[in-house]
Parts: sequence; C-alpha cells; structure tokens
Amino acid sequence: MSLALIVALPFLGALLPGLMIRAGRNAAATTTGAVTAVAFLLLLSHAPAVLRGEVVQTRIDWLPALGLNATFFLDGLGLLFAGLILGIGLLIILYARFYLAKSDPMGQFYTYLLLFQGAMVGIVLSDNILLLLIFWELTSLSSFLLIGYWKHLPEGRQGARMALAVTGGGGLAMIAGMLILGNIVGSYDLTVILANKDLIQASPLYLPALILILLGAFTKSAQFPFHFWLPHAMAAPTPVSAYLHSATMVKAGLFLMARMWPVLSGTPEWFWIVSTAGLVTMVMAAKIAFFKDDLKALLAFSTVSHLGLITMLLGFGTRAAATVAVFHIINHATFKAALFMSAGIVDHEAHIRDLRRLGGLRRLMPITFGIVVLASLSMAGIPPLNGFLSKELMLEEAAHTAWITPWAMGLLATIGAAFSVAYSFRFLAHGFLGPVRDDYPHKPHDPGFGLWAAPALLAALVVLIGLVPMASAAWLVDAAAGAVTGEPVAVKITHWHGLEAPALWMSLAAVGGGLFMLGLYPRLRTLWDWAPRPEAKRIFDGIVEPLAALARSVTEGLHNGSFGRALMLAVLAIAGAALWAFSGGTHLAGTRALLPLDPIATVCWAVMVIAALATPFLHHSRITALILTGVAGLLIAPLFMLFSAPDLALTQVSVEVVTILLMLLALHFLPKETPAESPLPRRLRDAGIAGIAGLGIGTLAYLMMTRAPAFEPISHFHLAQSKPGAGGTNAVNTIIVDFRGYDTYGEIIVLGIAALVIYALSETLLRNPTVTRLLASRPRERESGDRHPMMLVVSTRLLLPMAMMVGVFIYLRGHNMPGGGFVAGLVFAIAYLMQYMASGYHWSHARQRYDHHVLIGWGALIATLSGVGAWFFGLPFLTSGFEYVHLWPLEEFELATAAIYDLGVFLCVLGAILLTLASLSRLALRTGERANTRAYDTEGTN
Amino acid sequence: MEALLATTIGVLAAVGIYLALRQRTFPVILGLTFLSYAVNLFLFSSGRLTLNAAPIIGEPSPYADPLPQALVLTAIVISFGMTAVVMIMAIGGYLSAGHDRIDLDARDDGEAGQ
Repeated sequence: MSLALIVALPFLGALLPGLMIRAGRNAAATTTGAVTAVAFLLLLSHAPAVLRGEVVQTRIDWLPALGLNATFFLDGLGLLFAGLILGIGLLIILYARFYLAKSDPMGQFYTYLLLFQGAMVGIVLSDNILLLLIFWELTSLSSFLLIGYWKHLPEGRQGARMALAVTGGGGLAMIAGMLILGNIVGSYDLTVILANKDLIQASPLYLPALILILLGAFTKSAQFPFHFWLPHAMAAPTPVSAYLHSATMVKAGLFLMARMWPVLSGTPEWFWIVSTAGLVTMVMAAKIAFFKDDLKALLAFSTVSHLGLITMLLGFGTRAAATVAVFHIINHATFKAALFMSAGIVDHEAHIRDLRRLGGLRRLMPITFGIVVLASLSMAGIPPLNGFLSKELMLEEAAHTAWITPWAMGLLATIGAAFSVAYSFRFLAHGFLGPVRDDYPHKPHDPGFGLWAAPALLAALVVLIGLVPMASAAWLVDAAAGAVTGEPVAVKITHWHGLEAPALWMSLAAVGGGLFMLGLYPRLRTLWDWAPRPEAKRIFDGIVEPLAALARSVTEGLHNGSFGRALMLAVLAIAGAALWAFSGGTHLAGTRALLPLDPIATVCWAVMVIAALATPFLHHSRITALILTGVAGLLIAPLFMLFSAPDLALTQVSVEVVTILLMLLALHFLPKETPAESPLPRRLRDAGIAGIAGLGIGTLAYLMMTRAPAFEPISHFHLAQSKPGAGGTNAVNTIIVDFRGYDTYGEIIVLGIAALVIYALSETLLRNPTVTRLLASRPRERESGDRHPMMLVVSTRLLLPMAMMVGVFIYLRGHNMPGGGFVAGLVFAIAYLMQYMASGYHWSHARQRYDHHVLIGWGALIATLSGVGAWFFGLPFLTSGFEYVHLWPLEEFELATAAIYDLGVFLCVLGAILLTLASLSRLALRTGERANTRAYDTEGTN
Repeated sequence: MEALLATTIGVLAAVGIYLALRQRTFPVILGLTFLSYAVNLFLFSSGRLTLNAAPIIGEPSPYADPLPQALVLTAIVISFGMTAVVMIMAIGGYLSAGHDRIDLDARDDGEAGQ
C-alpha cells in the first residue's frame, strides 16, 4: 500500500497549494514541501530493504482480465529515480518560493509542480506498463502547464506547445511499442516482461517494438533528431527548467531505456540505434552549447549533450557501461540543477542572462560564483569533482567500443568532452570572470539565503561525491545498476586509473582542446555565425503548420457552422456504413412467428402515421406542428400497452403531457410561424435523406423483430430473481430500482443537472439587459378575456388531491405492479402544473413551501443514502434489502429499501420538471405579463 | 403486426430527420422529439413483440423481456430533460440574437468574437 501512497501523495497534495495560497505564499510553499517530504520519507523507509537487494511490491488488482492493475515495485533503479525526483523536488520547492515574483500565481505553480511530481514518481514505480504509459503521458501534460506557466510570454506558449507535440507524439509511439511488448510476453507486468528476454528478442516484432519504444524515450530525453524542443522549453520559469529539464523529466527517457535494458539491449539493433543517437546528440549539442549566449540556452544544449552521453553508454549494451550511465545520471542531476538555479539567480538579480552582456559577477555575487565554480568545473570534468569521475569512466568505455572503426567512438567522445570543457569554461569565464561591468539593467548582488541554499546544497554534493565517491554514491550506483543489469554490481570508482588507461590521455586532450577552443572563441564565433545551419524551429513549424491547416480544412469542411450540413453528413455516413455492412453478408427471411394484426392497433397506427407525415407539410404553423407531434407521441402509449409494456405506456402518456406543456410555454417566447425559406430542391434533398434513413431504420427494426435474438437475453435472470432477489413482482421496476439501480442513479442525477442548467440559463437571460429589454418590448399578443377562468381553477383545485392520491398509489404499487417513482413524479408534476396553468405562476408559487431545487437535492440525497445504507451491512453500494411485515389489522405488506430509493427518484423527477417550468414562467413575467394575486380572474367583471 | 411497428419507427425517424434538417430552432427541436420517439420504439422492439405478457411475476408465463422496457422507461424521461434543455437554449438564442436561425454564419462569428 505504501508504494501506491508515495505515488498518490503528490496528486492528493496538488489540491492543497491552490487552497493554501489564500493563507500566503509561505503557507503554500510549506504545504507543498511537506507533501513532498512525507512522500520522500516514505520512500526512504523502504531504502534499507532495497539496498539489501530486495524488491518492494504493492499490488492492487483493478481489471485483471485486461491486465490493468495498479501494481508498483521499488528496486534500486526506482529508488534512485524516485529519490532524485522527490529530493530535488524539495530543493526546487524552496527555490521557487523565493524565485517567483509577487505577481506570479504561486498556488497554481505548486499545484502543477506536484501533479508533475506525482506523474514522475508514478513512471519510476509502476510495475504495470499500461499504468506507466498513463503516467508517462501525464508528465507530458503537466510539463505543458509548467512550461507555459508564464502565459503572457508567447515563447512560453510556443515552447509548451512544441514540447507537448514532440514528447506527446513520442509517447503515442511508445504506447504502441509497449502494447506489442505486452502481447509478445502475454503480460503487462513489467517484472514479467523483464524476465522474458529471449522470448522478446526472438520475436519478429522485436524491431518494431524497439523502434517505437525508443521513439518515446528519445523524444522525452531530447535525443537527436528530437532534441530541438528542449531549448525552446527554456522559456519556462527557471525552477521548472532546473527540475524538469535537467533533473527529472528529460531523464524519463533514460529511465525507460535503463528499465528495459535487460530485455531490449544486447542486440546489434539496440547498439546501433541507441549508441549512434547518443553519440551524435552528445557531440552536436555540445558544439551548439559552446556558441549559445543565453545562459539557459547554453545549459539546455549542455543538458541535451549529457543526455546523449548517458544514452550512448546505455547503447553500448555492456554491464560496465550501464553502471557508468547510472553514475552519470546522479552526477548530472547534481551539477546541472545547481547550474540552472544559479543561472536563475543571475537572471533574477541582474535581469539579464546574455553572456555577451555579463562579466565580472565574481566580485558582485561571490556566493553564487562559488557555487557556479564547483558545478561548472564538475560539468567540464575537472578532478576531483564528481563530473570528472563519471566522464573518465565514460571515456574508458568509449575507448574500448568499436563503432564503424575501432577508434571512431573514442575520438568522437573526446571531441564531445572537449566541447563540454569549452562551454563550461565559457559559462564561467564570460559570466563571472573579467572586469566588473557597470551597465547591468539592475545592479546584481547575492540573493537571500532562501534562493542560494538549494544550489549550494547540490554543489556540496558535487564535492562530496567527487572526494569520497565510494562512501557517498557507490552504494546507490550498485543498487541501481544492479537493478538495470539484473545482476549484482560492485562498482569501483577511483580518481586514478594509472598511466596506461586511455581515459587519462583522452581526458587531458579534452581539457587542452577545450581551453584552446575557448581561447580561439572570437574567431570560431565568426565562423559559426557565417556558416549556414538548419533552424529546428523553422523545420518544426514547416511540418506542423501544413498539418494544422489540413486538420482545419477537414474540420471546417465537415462542420462549417451549419447544423443541417453536419447532421446531413452524419446521417449519410451512418446510412452508408450500415448499407456497406448489410451488403457484406447473406440474408435469410426471418423465421419468428408474426403476430396477427390487431384492429385497435391498426387504427392507432394509421392516425399516428398520418399525423407524423402531415407535420413536415404543416410545420410552418408551429402550434399545428406541436399538436401533431403530441398526437404522434400520445399514440405511442397504446402501442406500448398492447405490446405488454404497461409501465412504458404510463410513462409515455405522462411525459408527453409534460413535454407538450413545456413546448407550449416555450412557444410563448418564440415566433409562432416558421418562414418558408428552403427552396424546393433543398426540401426534396432533405426529404430524400430523411426517407433513406427512415427506410433503413424501419427495415432494420423489421428484420430484427422477425427473428429470434442472436444471443440468449439476460433478462431471464431478472425475471427469475425479481421476486426472490429484489422482493418485487414488477420486473421492470425491480430492474430500475434494484438490478440496474446504478444506471437509474446516474439518470436522476442527470435529470436534476438538466433542470439546474435550465434554471441557470434562464437566470443568465434574466440578468442580460438586452434580453430583458427585448422581452419587455415584445408586441403584445391578443389575449383571452379571462386568463384564469373560474371553471378551470375550480376543477383543477378539486383534481389536485385526487391526482396526488393517484400519484401516491402509483408510487406504492410500483414495486409489484406497473408504476413507480418515475411515473409518480410525473403525475405529481402534472397535478401541480395544472394549478400553475389555472391560477398563474405567481399565485401558485406564493403557496409553495419548498423550492424546487430543494426537491431535487433531497431526491438525490435520499437515493444516495438508501444506497449508502447498504455499506453498513457490508454490502456494495445500492444493494437493496426487503422484509415482509405483518401489522394488524393490515394485510401482510413489504418494506423494501428499494422503495426509499424510488422515493429519491420520485423527488428528483418532480423537482426537475417543476424547476424547468418555473424557470420558463419567470421569463414570462418579464414579457409584461402581470402577476396575479388572486386565484381566478375577475378582471372581466369589474 | 411487426410490419406495423417497423413502419411506425421508419416514418417517425424520417419525419424527425426531415424536421431536424430545417433552419429554425423550433422545427429542429420537434424533429429531435420525433427522432427520440423512433429511437425509443426501436429500442423497445429489440425485446421482440409479445401480447398479453406484461413482465409482472405471478401472471402466467411467458413474460415480455423487461430489460428493454426498463431502458426505454428511463430513456423517455431523459429525452424530456434533453428537450427541455434544448428548448431553453433555443429561447436564449432567439432572445440574444434576435432571430431563431440555427446555422452560424460568418457575421455571427464576428459578433461572438467581439
């Protein structure tokens, strides 16, 4: 459970900063930090076991049949990554508290940050690849929010879009690859997949799966040719760059390659694709970084380069190289995050971060300078810092790896390292050394402790790991590398490998070459500026914009704002698909015995068909059209009655009455005529389309009814269990309130929401001055002499108690005979509506003790409580119970919780209908209709 | 009798689609009402037609299939909710725009963008 809790904590905690920000920025930051700290401590509580070589697992089965389970596991690799994510996360939270300006919405920032953190922890702890994929896409989404956090900056928005397009697209490819992998193995559990190396590598689908998965990893980790998004993502606030783009998210791709290393690596395909991509990325990005003037751009390309380095090491496919890769992941996270934060400090203090305009910060910002010296020397690979240790090991591995020729890999790695030295020293020299300048937009000085504490801690780690690697980091490397390679690893990290080690000479060459290049910087820069080079953003836009234009033209072609056009295309598409499916098979005549023609049904049918067919011809008079609709609708009820559905007949009649009343009321606000504006060809075309669709549906219904069901209906169960299981003899009602109670629950909620939407919309209309003016100035129509005729008032008054009694009767008998909460609610609603019609809204409303909203609320509450009640008996939600009671002098009767549930249904239906009509009536008051205070009109007489 | 119900469904659907293809809100809403009649009947017919076999336990078997009936019962009530929402939207649209045409044209988009 606790592993799931580590993943869940950041997600749950994401709710807090948005609330706590009301208590101030410190409160928001402290809460966020506390959430992360708790997750971190939970993780650490597992560390001893993991370092002993155990694997901690948590398993929550959700849909085992689909292989969808919430399973988590923690091994050395997971511990390393989760530790980085949560540990550096803590530092970032501290840093961001002091970095963000007063005008930035900090609560939002921390919420996004925690969402991202949760998604990252989810990736590294998932034991189910489907779950991993979900977290993977979540990191793309949450990083989109973080990169675009400064919404006012166009670069931020563009960078966020680009990052989402590239990493999200790669993620889609990875989903396909992972599904192939799961299919080969027959399980989506990572632990099972990792144990099936031979099966996977022997499969003909190995290469496609590998390429698809690598697409996901390369896009996420910004490997060539997908590296271009990362520098553009630097428009994000610096805490985001330090967290996502150096320490965590970009390493997700590396994590995945390390995770899948046991089953995917060791083949020539893996070696060539991965090590080549890594090598090219490392050298190319290091070269670009050297020529970047923006501090963050330089660091971004340097990050791309270092990610390439780690990718290359993983690509070698040897255990030693994989171990070095793990070690460099740790080192890179420490020095690069420190450098990003320092760059942020410079930006924060001097308000610029252009190397051409910086210089001499050594004296102005001594503390920052100290941090930068340590971190950038480590990045350059200068002994005894930690970057040196892993770079030496990397060069050693490269020297022993043949790529095209035996020496090419070593040479290129050395060149990459030389550029790395060059840009690290350029960062240091052009930014901090040299004479003090006085043309800064803002006089820089060291920031407060809060801002430099986090990078200083990381710089201390850089030194610590550099000086005593065996004590400070080797155990973690052993555990993580052991998890990657699947075999125990005992790494030896030393500063001195002896004179015969090629790494020593390569390293010296790299430092010398790097310093030499820095010396030649002005001339190299002229050459660089002169040479043409592809602009990644332009290429990206060149690909994306035509695609977007294509998508837009398709969308607008299908949906150009014309409802009729969209509907016509939909109807034709459905009819076409149905025809295609129908013509693909053979068809025999139905064998089911047909029912004989019934005279009453035939009369109903004839009247209904005539009414329906007359509607298109007569619909220009809207009242006529409404009456014809009502005729057709009401005549459906006898058909239901005839075909053994008394419940439906009752419902149809009552709903039809309510619907027609509603439409009549609505017609009060709308024009009474529909102008004849369609030319004849258009009407013929529409009639043709409608005819095709009607013919299709009718034929389909006929064919269906004339043959027996293809599968045995499941309702045998409902019929058999209705009495013993649910305690009612009306199978339709027991299905509604018991067997499928959950569906009904959703439906009454939807109905309630619909009524509230109507209320809200009418409120908005009432508040809109144009609308109310329009309503008030509508031409008065001829009104009848007495709006509230006495005859109507008296008869409805008399009918009210009787109608209610009928409603109660229908409700009570519903469980055993036709009826139930739905119908009872409708009957009650009609009884009330009659009062409204007879005496007007105002008069009736004044006599009503409860609001309609309250009825809906009580209905939903009662239905919920009757469902929750089952929990107290250890039963699932909405399990019903019943008991037969004998109470003298009554006959034996039944008490069922389903009846309480049905009461909730009843109240919801009643409240929804009344609220709807009340909303319309309130609008009507604005049309200049006078509110009546008396039950019936006496205007005519006095 | 099956042919009778099938033609009913076909006619109701055709009338519904024809009205839904009109250009004013009110006939479109009536069209949707007709269409929901047709759909409800179609759903109902999937339980096949039976006479004098209401699914009330205790009366002599056989019983009509209760499941489509239960589905259609809730569908009828939900169609009412849908019609009501669309209706208030139509009223709002008419009162705000001054006409009840259903298609957006370029001019309307321009107004919405202001």
